[in-house]
Amino acid sequence: MRRSLPTAAVAVAMASALLVSGCASKGDSGGGGGGSTSGSSASSSDLSIQPVVQIDESGKEVPAADASNAADPAGDGKAKCASTTTIAMAGALTGPNAALGINILDGAKVAVDAHNKANADCQVQLKGYDTEGDPQKATQVAPTIVANKNVIGLLGPAFSGETAAVGDIFHQANLLSLTASATNVDLTKNGWTNFFRGLANDGVQGPAVAHYLVDTKKFTKVCVIQDDSDYGVGLAKAVTSALGSAADKDCAASVKTGDKDFSATVQIVKDAGADAVFYAGYYAEASPFVSQLRSSGVDATFVSADGTNDPEFVKQAGSSSKDALLSCPCGPAPDQFATDYKSTNDGRTPGVYSVEGYDLATIMLKGIDSGITDRAKLVDYVKNYSGDGLARHYQWSSTGELSSALIWIYQVK
Amino acid sequence: MSTLLLSDVLVSAHAALPAHPLLLADGVIDFNTSRLFSSFWSLTVDGLTYGAIYALIAVGYTLVYGVLRLINFAHSEIFMLGMFGQYAVLWGLGFTPQGDVYTQGTVLTVLYLLIAMIGGMAVSGGAAVGLERVAYRPLRKRGAPSLTFLITAIGASFVLQEFVHFVLPKLTGGNFGGTTAQQPIRLVQEVTVFSFGGADVSNVDIVIVIAALALAFLVDRFVNATKFGRGIRAVAQDPVTATLMGVSRERVIMQTFLLGGVLAGAAAMLYSLKIPNGIIYSGGFILGIKAFAAAVLGGIGNLRGALLGGLLLGVMELYGQALFGTEWRDVVAFVILVLVLLFRPTGILGESLGRARA
Repeated sequence: MRRSLPTAAVAVAMASALLVSGCASKGDSGGGGGGSTSGSSASSSDLSIQPVVQIDESGKEVPAADASNAADPAGDGKAKCASTTTIAMAGALTGPNAALGINILDGAKVAVDAHNKANADCQVQLKGYDTEGDPQKATQVAPTIVANKNVIGLLGPAFSGETAAVGDIFHQANLLSLTASATNVDLTKNGWTNFFRGLANDGVQGPAVAHYLVDTKKFTKVCVIQDDSDYGVGLAKAVTSALGSAADKDCAASVKTGDKDFSATVQIVKDAGADAVFYAGYYAEASPFVSQLRSSGVDATFVSADGTNDPEFVKQAGSSSKDALLSCPCGPAPDQFATDYKSTNDGRTPGVYSVEGYDLATIMLKGIDSGITDRAKLVDYVKNYSGDGLARHYQWSSTGELSSALIWIYQVK
Repeated sequence: MSTLLLSDVLVSAHAALPAHPLLLADGVIDFNTSRLFSSFWSLTVDGLTYGAIYALIAVGYTLVYGVLRLINFAHSEIFMLGMFGQYAVLWGLGFTPQGDVYTQGTVLTVLYLLIAMIGGMAVSGGAAVGLERVAYRPLRKRGAPSLTFLITAIGASFVLQEFVHFVLPKLTGGNFGGTTAQQPIRLVQEVTVFSFGGADVSNVDIVIVIAALALAFLVDRFVNATKFGRGIRAVAQDPVTATLMGVSRERVIMQTFLLGGVLAGAAAMLYSLKIPNGIIYSGGFILGIKAFAAAVLGGIGNLRGALLGGLLLGVMELYGQALFGTEWRDVVAFVILVLVLLFRPTGILGESLGRARA
């Protein structure tokens, strides 16, 4: 009895507190029954990341590559090669970053399957080598790739860190290293004559997005928020300088990887009344950040880059991710490719870098079909290659960068 | 007297800062007082909301420390398990993760939230008791030195994190745990209920603060005014005499872990209400450190100290962010901790779980 009074008081207080929350959520209540009835407005479950426009480094629109001109891995069907001919793929196939590696391998699989179906006398093997995206693991894996005499060319390594760690090994073996996703600017400054990058590097993305925001979107006040990763800091710097006077220094802020609570940053953005917020970082922080911006009533356009360009961002941020602009050096998947990809890969849908994996594998297959049987000749073949893929035109400068580096702007809708 | 000294130090620190042109010129540290004043009330509201959550978690650290003189570093993982617990309960009720907020009407929403809270409490409470059984009790039986407990606590923290990271997704077909955060189940749309001084107070803020204060009050009463609480205080004060008086030490320890775990579970549900996309294996770590700091700030071993420390830390770190720049959050929190401990080594209210009125 002694205890019942405070207990009752607390129970009443809590019930009334919860009532307040309930009242507020009542607004557009459909009076749903059980929890199993999915909410009355299922709109945001349809949200996905859609391609909007392809831009160059100065933010100007560049028409998308015509997928019908793309190189066809099937070729003329008369190719002949040894049945042991192998294309290797190196990247994270397990571990926390496996999604990207699997996207690339699955994309390459579509090309190899199409090739092998059409060319009965040239059955090329595709072999995935798992680095877990870890530079240290990659240094153990790289020698086994080099030692496998059947490997004629390498698709990868996938990430910048591991590429920096093992690039020399492949260079010494003069094994073609064609990456679909390593975007660190410095990688092509090592003098690796065997290394080619199948997409724009990080130095292109920041200025391209910034110019797009100022010139096309006509934003005059942008808050640049960065996380504390090398990627976020570098990107924020590039974006801020390219934004020029549109970057508002007063509302620039830094957050930490692993943070989930952004109230002070949200408050700063809110007070600034900016047109847009550029977030340089990854989706794990971007999702709670955009949710908190929206629930605080900030309706500035949310802009971010490839670190956030991931279906997981939309899943976790839900309806608050709507209309967010996300850039990526990766190209969108054309419909026919998506269909083939699904049927080849157990119903999975193409993701970031899948198209690059397909395009680059196709280039290697065309080299093999042209009668190339050794590694050095394949490197030369790629060096002199010029042709359209699904995502873009592929032709490399002497350093291994694409001669025309382009960025895609995507939007959540 | 000592608070006076403290404020003197703070004032002189403020005055001293602009005298370091190097730091300011480099833009390393801002000193933006106008930002602090213009958004003072907004920061206060947010700070109190997060501070209330810190406080609830801090109670778990403080209770266990009071009874065992042990810093249970795995408590942050107990909180993390609570987040998964309440999420799993909502999942079990038939909610599937989706981008939009479910609209169930007031009564049902309250009901579901209460069920989720009880689920979180059950999971966290169970995990805390289980942890005590598996990790700490065997050590106690063998009379291990206190350093061993500390290392065990840190180890248990890793075990629980990696369990949710790697094992849980395998056990549940990938539905729970893993490397990415859970896709949120949102039951309440955060909307502004009223504004004052430029600050918007949302329904979620109100719920969190009131529920946390209510729970803190309840625990205070439980420890200070019930038979169980008397047992806890007795063991905290003098374990040997308490045992001689017929108090079962082992039972009191179990109750203490249970109580701390249950509060962490409640905090987990409230936190998920505010940040639905924060349910991840690593999601307890930073909060745990902050709550531990809050417990020390208020006076570890002291229940009301945990509450005060939590609220204070929550508010102060947001003021600090507005004043010095957003990246200085943790620095501000821990500098405050250091400053307070300099002048009051036992925290603001001192260690007093055992010494409270019997």
